[in-house]
Formats: sequence, structure tokens, C-alpha cells
Amino acid sequence: MKFLSKFYIVIIFLILYAPILVVILFSFNESGSLSNFTGFSLYWYEDLFRNDEALTALKNSLVLAVFSSILATVLGTLAAFSISRAKNKYYRRAMESVSNIPMMNPDIVTGVSMMLLFVGVAQFAKAGSYLGFWTMLIAHTTFNLPYVILSVLPKFRQMDKSLTEAALDLGCTPVQTLFRVELPYIMPGIVSGLMMSFTLSLDDFVISHFVSSPDFKTLPLYIYTQTAHEVKFSMYALCTILIFVILFLLIAVNVAGSMGEHRARKKAGKIMMGGK
Amino acid sequence: MNKEVLIRLNGISKAYDGETVLDHIDLEIHDKEFMTLLGPSGCGKTTTLRMIGGFETPDEGDVFFDGKRFNDVPPYQRQVNTVFQRYALFPHLNVFDNIAFGLRIQKRPDAEIKTKVKDMLALVNLKGFERRKVSTLSGGQQQRVAIARALINQPKVLLLDEPLAALDLKLRKDMQNELKNIQHQTGITFIYVTHDQEEALSMSDTVVVMAHGQIQQIGTPTDIYNEPINAFVADFIGESNIVDGIMLDDYRVKLAGHIFDCVDKGFGKNEPVDVVIRPEDVDVVATEKGMLRGLVTAVTFKGVHYEIIVDVKGFKWMIQTTDFVAEGETIGLSIDPDAFHIMKKSEFSGMFGDYSSFSDELEKLSDVTEEIEEE
Amino acid sequence: MKKQSVFERIAAAPYVAWSAMFIIGPLLFVVFFAFTDANGSFTLDNILSLPSYSHTFGISLGFSLIATTICLLIGYPLAYCMSRMSERARNVLTILMMLPMWISLLIRTYSLMALLDNGGLVNGFLTGIGLPKVTFIGTEGAVILGMIYDFLPYMVLPIYTSMTKLDRRYLEAASDLGCNSVQTLFKVVLPLTMPGVISGVTMVFVPSISTFYISQKLGGGVFDLLGDTIERQFQLADTYYIGAAISLVMMILILISLAIMNKFSDGGEDIIV
Repeated sequence: MKFLSKFYIVIIFLILYAPILVVILFSFNESGSLSNFTGFSLYWYEDLFRNDEALTALKNSLVLAVFSSILATVLGTLAAFSISRAKNKYYRRAMESVSNIPMMNPDIVTGVSMMLLFVGVAQFAKAGSYLGFWTMLIAHTTFNLPYVILSVLPKFRQMDKSLTEAALDLGCTPVQTLFRVELPYIMPGIVSGLMMSFTLSLDDFVISHFVSSPDFKTLPLYIYTQTAHEVKFSMYALCTILIFVILFLLIAVNVAGSMGEHRARKKAGKIMMGGK
Repeated sequence: MNKEVLIRLNGISKAYDGETVLDHIDLEIHDKEFMTLLGPSGCGKTTTLRMIGGFETPDEGDVFFDGKRFNDVPPYQRQVNTVFQRYALFPHLNVFDNIAFGLRIQKRPDAEIKTKVKDMLALVNLKGFERRKVSTLSGGQQQRVAIARALINQPKVLLLDEPLAALDLKLRKDMQNELKNIQHQTGITFIYVTHDQEEALSMSDTVVVMAHGQIQQIGTPTDIYNEPINAFVADFIGESNIVDGIMLDDYRVKLAGHIFDCVDKGFGKNEPVDVVIRPEDVDVVATEKGMLRGLVTAVTFKGVHYEIIVDVKGFKWMIQTTDFVAEGETIGLSIDPDAFHIMKKSEFSGMFGDYSSFSDELEKLSDVTEEIEEE
Repeated sequence: MKKQSVFERIAAAPYVAWSAMFIIGPLLFVVFFAFTDANGSFTLDNILSLPSYSHTFGISLGFSLIATTICLLIGYPLAYCMSRMSERARNVLTILMMLPMWISLLIRTYSLMALLDNGGLVNGFLTGIGLPKVTFIGTEGAVILGMIYDFLPYMVLPIYTSMTKLDRRYLEAASDLGCNSVQTLFKVVLPLTMPGVISGVTMVFVPSISTFYISQKLGGGVFDLLGDTIERQFQLADTYYIGAAISLVMMILILISLAIMNKFSDGGEDIIV
């Protein structure tokens, strides 16, 4: 029984990872063949980095991910704070359901509806070209928000009310309490929300597909247009790079989870030392 | 004891969602006093404490501190510190930083902070724990850190909200002594909230018994035990047989069909009263010598004494005796005049003092539910 | 307690404004466009023309139901096996199961295509051992396989989470009361992990029925799923009206099925991974 269950797990995971491993492996193949590995080479990577379009897409992706994740983290943290303090049950429920909409809706509906909003507003305003960086930023921030709230809200909820009271009791003003006790406490949630947003933004294809223009392409969009008709080995190289970036970010999020507390503590200590 | 009044509560009322929690509380707390607010859960003791700490504002009435009205002073401007029920230690700070917290807020120099934290750690017996994370401490150690963190600010008053509730029995006893010592050493006024009557009696200078959002009685532990003001206090503090009686005249009370001499006076002629007789004050004698006669229905060996339940004309008395009696035996009971404590009838009359459904387990069960409700 | 401070009240204002404009707003525009013609006047034509897409609805529903069912059949035993491993192994397996969720769907579909392509590794292997090539791309099987492959982790993780949350004592109690392991599975484990199953089913079904990328790549453009239709309306034809109507109907269908499934889950909290 034990053996059987181990065997089953191994098989499924093998199937799950086989295609990804194939892509990684063949991105180093010197020939353009998908069935024969003829020799190790970095040719496809060089090919990729000679390509201006790819580099622009990379830059766009990073800029977008940085801005949208920071914006979502700020908005989402404030919202989580307010939801956790709200006395009105209906307000709380309404806020939570609204923040769930982008998570429950299929990506394509979120993308299409955002596009319709931009199209509609542009029509009313009689504006011309409207899709690009700003619409992407709005869309990415919007789909990141629920994830930030999801990771910050529990921290606010777990926080014992008497921690805040203890800080007040020991002489902190409400503002000091926020910075010395409450923020350090929720910091791990904020950090993981931020990292998650960054990763999601870097990763998104479907929603971006509808709200972007040809002059603002992110990496997933670039991959999509490049692979529309034929197999391109430089795209295997790009996919490989992205897989490792995501892997790195995931590890960072996990480490941040355990490190966040440590770091927050150090920071709080510094503020205190600096405050004398 | 210094009799200077430090805190005065004047006609304090508080209601949550229309439910009255405090009902016109008047209370004076003296300097350097160890005062305990004692009562079952929901009696308003914690709310009273939080009002002094500044976490609640009264709907009605005033709080005075050193003669000044104090109602709207926020907690961080009060010379009052609190030891919270579940300690509320900051999880992101170590022991040293937790204790130093208040001083750092006051921007004291580092050298002073260091010495003071050291002194505090010595006071609470935690030398060498500076760098420990609070999550690695035991309940008792966290408790000490919480006390040190509050005391280091040299407050005029220390508020303690059921600080020992989460500790086991042995540790609780140790901490009771230690708290009493700390109070003596520091000379700070302690206001202590608990539902444990033993804790209240053994630690306090003054005990305030509360029920239903009202103060039932204020007094020294001996006063409260010997002269309970009504059936509630008599029942809540120690074991009591509370019997319906009629005060025939001064020094003469009739109960259970027998007329007894007593030492109380000042009641109306033939006034119905509640009579408290503590279990240890009843002597077991031969049937023919007894003032009352009863049937033993249960016997429990308690080590020093036996606890027996005796049916006297349908009312079950609890009696503590060192003589062995057997279940089913009929015995005589003799009571000295000073063992009777006569109380006026109150809203609590008839609710307590009969041991017909008594059992140790039941009592423990009700203790547990009380603690859970407090959560 | 005290009244809410000013800060507590206004902290949510930016978010409220944002979600009104960019979460609620877009949905209103979907409704608006679904009931509007090119001249901007009200019409029911878009909605009424939908029956001509019934074939699309049909195969989309069919494909995603099959994919969801297979995912459940593979995923439930997998989650069960995983939950019985040692803690160390479980931690590793959880991370391994989460990793693909974070790798772009695009990349994962593309890599599956690399395997199944006519010139791909599988066919290379087949010809290598002297067998004829098999055309995978453009078959129903390839599309469904793509859905299963892409979304299996979304089925496994919620089920696995609810299994690890399951108190061991329930299992002990069940065997104490005379259940054998099969009976325990059906009488105790299955009902108690139902919330996980529900959210797993949701998390596979919703993206399956709305995908367009999988059917484009692995279906070779042969199958026209709902997602493809919507995508084409928006990207190529530039006729938003029909696309909006299809999106609206799809959204409503999904909402209804979510509501039905929530009924099953007994009001338990949603498990979101």
C-alpha cells in the first residue's frame, strides 16, 4: 500500500514536470530539433539577448510588476486595515466579496471587462489610442489587490487587540503604536503580498492580452506572438529564464515569510535606537 | 497604610448595546494599596479596570486621579500601567526590548535603560533572559516579563487583569507570593482583577466583591469572610450554609425550628433574615445533646477533616468535622452564638447556600466554564 | 470600545474608489455592451443571437466537465497519498505541487506542445522504436489533456489542504467504532474533505471553460471553445457586442454553478490556496 502510493505520487509528478524539463533541456540544444538532443549550447540564449524586442518586453514586464505590486500593496494593506477594524458587518462582507470578484471570475472575463471599460471610456471621451502602460498598470493592480488583502488581512485579524492596548498603555501615541507595534506585526503579510503581486504580474498573460497594445508588450505577450505560428527555440530559452526567475521569487517569498519577522524586528529596533 | 485617596470612581455606569455592565460604581483606591476586584465573569470587574487604564470611557460618572478628572485622558498619558490577561508581549521584540519599550518611548538614554531593565529582570527573577525571544518563554516567564515591562515605567498604579489565570496551580501560588513581595518592594498601588476568591483573600489589603455590575461589598479579607453583607458575598467567599431565619429579638434568632442565641442586633422584631453559618463552625455532638438533629447523606474525606452533608429538615448543610461519622447516621449539631452571622434579605436571598446538589466535580466544572467565558 | 478613528474610516477610501472604478465598473460595461448595438442604442439582438453559439457552449462545457472529472479522479487519490507521507516529504511535495501553479500557463501549455508536437519528443520516441507517428495536436484528447495538465495542481492543493487539516482523531474514532479503512475513507474522510473538493472543482472548471490558449495551441485551431470565441470577437473582429454578451452569459453560468457548489459545501469557509 505504502509502495503503491509512493509509486503513484512519483508517476504523477513525473508527468507534471516532464514537459517543463523538456523545455529547459532543449533550450540548451544546439540544433533546432525537438526530438534529438544533439549537443549543449547557449546559442538560443545568445539569440534571445540579441533581440531588442525581447529586451524591451523584459524591461516592460519588470517596470509593470514593480509599480503594480507596490500600488496594490499600499491600497490593499490600507483596505485590509480598514476591513479588520470595521464594526459594520455588512460593510465588511461587501468589501470582502468585492475583493473576491477578480479571483473568482475567469481571467478572460476580467480581461474583457477591463478592456470594455477602457474602450467605453475612450468612446465617451472621444479619445484615440488608449491601451498601453496605464491600462496595463490598472489591470495588474486590480488583479493583484485580492492577493494582497488575502495575505495581510489575516495578520490584522490575528493581532491581539491587547497588543495595541499594551503599546498605548506603555506610552505610545496611536501613531507611534502603528509604526512600532502594528506595522512590524503585519510586516510578514505585507512582504508576502508584495512578492506574490510581483510574481503574478510578471506571470500574467490572459488579462494583459486584452488590455495591452502592440507598443507595450510584456514578456508573456511577447512569447505569445512569437509562438503563434511556429516553434521557436529562443522562446524555450526565454521560458527557461522565466521559470527560474519565478522559482527564485517563490523561494524568496517563503524565506521572507520566516525572515520577515526577523527583519521587521531589526527595523523596529533601529527606529527605536534612532528615536533617542 | 497611607490613607490618601489616589483614584476615585464616582457614579460610573457603562452599557454595551443597551446591556448594563457597570451600574453606578463608587470606589476609592488608596495610595500603596493592594486592592482586588473579585467577582464572577460578567460582573464588571474587568470593565472597571479598563476604565482606570483608559481603554474604556464611562457613559456616566467620573474617574478622578490625584483629584483631577481623568475621563478623557488617553492611556498613553496616564501614570498607570497594565499587566494584560494574556500578557500581550510584543512578538517581534525580545525580552530586553519588551521591557525597555516604555523607556524608549520616553527617549531615555541607553545607559539608563540598560541598568533599569537589569534591575527589573532581577526583581522578577529573570536574570540572563535579555536576548530570549518571548515565544520561547514559558507562561510563568512571560508573566514576569509582562510585570517587568509595566513596572519599569514606575507607574503610580499597576493594573493586573487576571494575570495568573493561565498558569497552573503550583505556579499560581508561587506567583501570588512574588506579586505580594514586588508590591511591598516597589510600594506601587496594585489593582488586581480575579474570579478566584482564595487569591483575593490571600493577597489583598482590600477586597471589592462585585456582581451584576454593582459593588456588593468593600472590606479587608477578614471582614469580607466574617461579615459578608449578603447571600451572594457569603456564598462567593468560602463555603457557607445560608439558612432562612427570623430575628425574634436582639441576640435571638429562630431557624430550622430552633431558637438560638446569637451576637447580632439591630434588626426589626420578627424580621426575616438570611443566616450564614460557616461549615467549620458547626460541632458534631451526640444526638441528644444537639440543638439540631440531622441525617448524614454524604461523607467526603478531605485530609485534615471530613466534609459531610447533613439533611436538617430537608435543608442540606455542609459541615466540616474531624470526627468520623458514617453515612446514614443521625447526628446532633451544636452551634455557638458567635458562629451565626445575620444578614438582611437581598436580591440574592434563596439563590445560594443549600448543598443539596453539591459535589466537587460540579464546582470544578463551573469554574472551567467561568474561565472559558472570560476568554 | 471607542469610536472608529478618522484614519480607520478613510484608510479604505482609495481601495473603495479603486474597486468601484475597476472591479464593479468593468462589469457594468460588460452588461452595457451586451445590450447595445453599434449605434449605441439598446438591443436584445446580441443575447438573442447566442443560440447560434450553442455548439460552442456545448463542447466547452463537455471538455471542461471531462477535464474536471479526470482531475478529480487523479487528484483526490494523489492528495490522499500525499497527506499520508512523512512531514518532510509532505513539505517538499507541497512546494513541488505549487511550483507549476506559478509558472505561466502559457509556458506550461507551450512546453506540453513541445512534447506532443508532430516533430516532438513523443513522436521522436515512437519513430525511434519503429512505430508510426501519432498526430496529437488538433485532437479532443490533446485539448482535454492540456486542461488536465495545466489545472491539476489547482485540484490537488485544496483537497490536500483539507486532508492535512483533518484531525487524525476522527480517523482513529472511526476505526475504533469499527470502520475498516475503505469505510473510513467513504464515511469520514470524503465528507470532511468535501469543502476542498468543491474548491478544487471550481478552480479547475472555471479556467477550463474559459480557456482559449490551450485550444489554440493543442487544438490546432480545430475547436472553437467559448474562450476562443470571445477572444476572436475582441482581438480580431473588433465587435465587442457579441463578445460582451457571451462573457455575460458565461459569468452568470459560473456564478450559478458556484452558488450550487457552495450549497454542497455546507456553508463551510472557502478554501483558497
